[in-house]
Amino acid sequence: MYGNDFTAPDEGSREPAEDRLAEFERLLETEGRVEPRDVMPDGYRKTLIRQIAQHAHSEIIGMQPEGNWISRAPSLRRKAILMAKVQDEAGHGLYLYAAAETLGADRGELLDMLHSGRQKYSSIFNYPTLTWADMGAIGWLVDGAAIVNQVPLCRCSYGPYARAMVRVCKEESFHQRQGFEILHTLSHGTEAQKAMAQDAVDRWWWPSLMMFGPTDDASPNSAQSMAWGIKRFSNDELRQRFVDMTVPQAEVLGLTLPDPDLRWNEERGSYDFGEIDFTELFEVIKGNGPCNKQRLAHRVRAHEDGAWVREAADAYAAKQARRTSEVA
Amino acid sequence: MAVTGPDNSALVGYVLSLGDDSLVAAQRLAEWIAASPQLEEDVAVGNIALDLLGQARSLLTYAGSLEDPPRTEDDLAYFRDERDFRSVHLVERANGDFGVTMARLLFLSSYHYELYARLQRSADETLAAIAAKAVKEVDYHRDHATMWVLRLGDGTELSHARMQAAVDAEWPYVEELFGNEHLDPALVESGVAVDPAELRGPWREYVAGVLAEATLTLPDVPPAVTGGRRGVHDEQMGYLLAEMQHLARSHPGATW
Repeated sequence: MYGNDFTAPDEGSREPAEDRLAEFERLLETEGRVEPRDVMPDGYRKTLIRQIAQHAHSEIIGMQPEGNWISRAPSLRRKAILMAKVQDEAGHGLYLYAAAETLGADRGELLDMLHSGRQKYSSIFNYPTLTWADMGAIGWLVDGAAIVNQVPLCRCSYGPYARAMVRVCKEESFHQRQGFEILHTLSHGTEAQKAMAQDAVDRWWWPSLMMFGPTDDASPNSAQSMAWGIKRFSNDELRQRFVDMTVPQAEVLGLTLPDPDLRWNEERGSYDFGEIDFTELFEVIKGNGPCNKQRLAHRVRAHEDGAWVREAADAYAAKQARRTSEVA
Repeated sequence: MAVTGPDNSALVGYVLSLGDDSLVAAQRLAEWIAASPQLEEDVAVGNIALDLLGQARSLLTYAGSLEDPPRTEDDLAYFRDERDFRSVHLVERANGDFGVTMARLLFLSSYHYELYARLQRSADETLAAIAAKAVKEVDYHRDHATMWVLRLGDGTELSHARMQAAVDAEWPYVEELFGNEHLDPALVESGVAVDPAELRGPWREYVAGVLAEATLTLPDVPPAVTGGRRGVHDEQMGYLLAEMQHLARSHPGATW
């Protein structure tokens, strides 16, 4: 989940008076939407800002591992599709930062928090994209997991976030099919292409399962987010949904998922799967993943290298405004 | 009227020169995706690179279809060597700062605009159709580059200096766009091709207007010695192609 929330809520609150929160409670009870001007608890606002910002950061950091293959895409058609996909991710970042701004956050400040490491992005993007088949595996598995996480967010209690997610999910669904199609072509291609596809699936399967976050008993923030109508299903429920959706697709691809314990459980009507080694997830979250430093350094460098351009745009806009007012 | 016949090589060469400019420009511009000064620009630059790539695909597909035996867009993009590419040096050299990219884009898109505005009336129906679609796209590219050259030229002292330096550095590579030595005069006479030399005047008028408004000085420097249309490229072109072609060439005959 790009918008997953693994850290503890911070600092104290500036709660609105209790009687003013009655309307908020009523909205939650009736499955209504909370809008920017509505009264809302301070914790609700902060949780949403953090989650939406983390989601936005994930979209823009996520441009890097896929952007890594634009220059090397093996056909012009694939190059065009990949460019359009990475461009969609920039677009998702834009809607999400805008959604966070409706809660009083500022995009520049949120970016500063990303750059200084005070806000996180999805750990999945700290893995390297080593072959072309990774473009398929990311689309199929990573975007597939993101969709399972994000579809319920279309019913999130906060209106602007829910509406942004409707559009994001449509595009993610398209990306997931593109990823599947890349892998389908590879797995039906030459021996070398099929091996490339299998290797990518082997590397991305477990990190994709970890995108749903820790198991329910180790997920401290979930209960509050559920009560606020931000989160609708538990981490484990969503992870199971993803596994059940993905296993039959792997069969169609003719690729193996790297889990010897994966098997259909008739009684549960779901697939059982092996135990996830979360020590790796927590290491990656702590900053020790293969690409954490590289991803952040790239982002910071682009931002710093672009400072003179943004300053020039501001200066030009100010001059233009002055000229217009002088004429008027 | 489509110009076909026993020897299409003049037409093929012309179409390749147009397609290669767009392909190589797209490849360079795409390097800015996830590296540009702001998120809006990642989207915009990505969009422009996609337009150029789309134009390249149409042009290379057409050029390949005229050959005997025919070649696909991917045969031409991935399996030609450096000496067979016909792109100009303006688009192929390594990226500099954002000002350099906007200077190049202003120069290229203003040229493209004048070119496609005329080529949409080509006697060759396919070229006319490709140009009619492209002219709308490059009009936007030109507008985007113009806005940035204005902001950077007339922004801060620093941005002014950097934009002027970018314009000065790119200016010597402009003249190659208007060279016509590679072009069979019969293609121009028959109304199939546009003589690039005739674009120089309107191009200069537009670009000079933008530079003046941006408080920038029109450079007075001699053109660089180039040879892109004859397949004599800058040394950086080899690295661009090595990166672009490596995967496809590692798996000859594979489909993707």
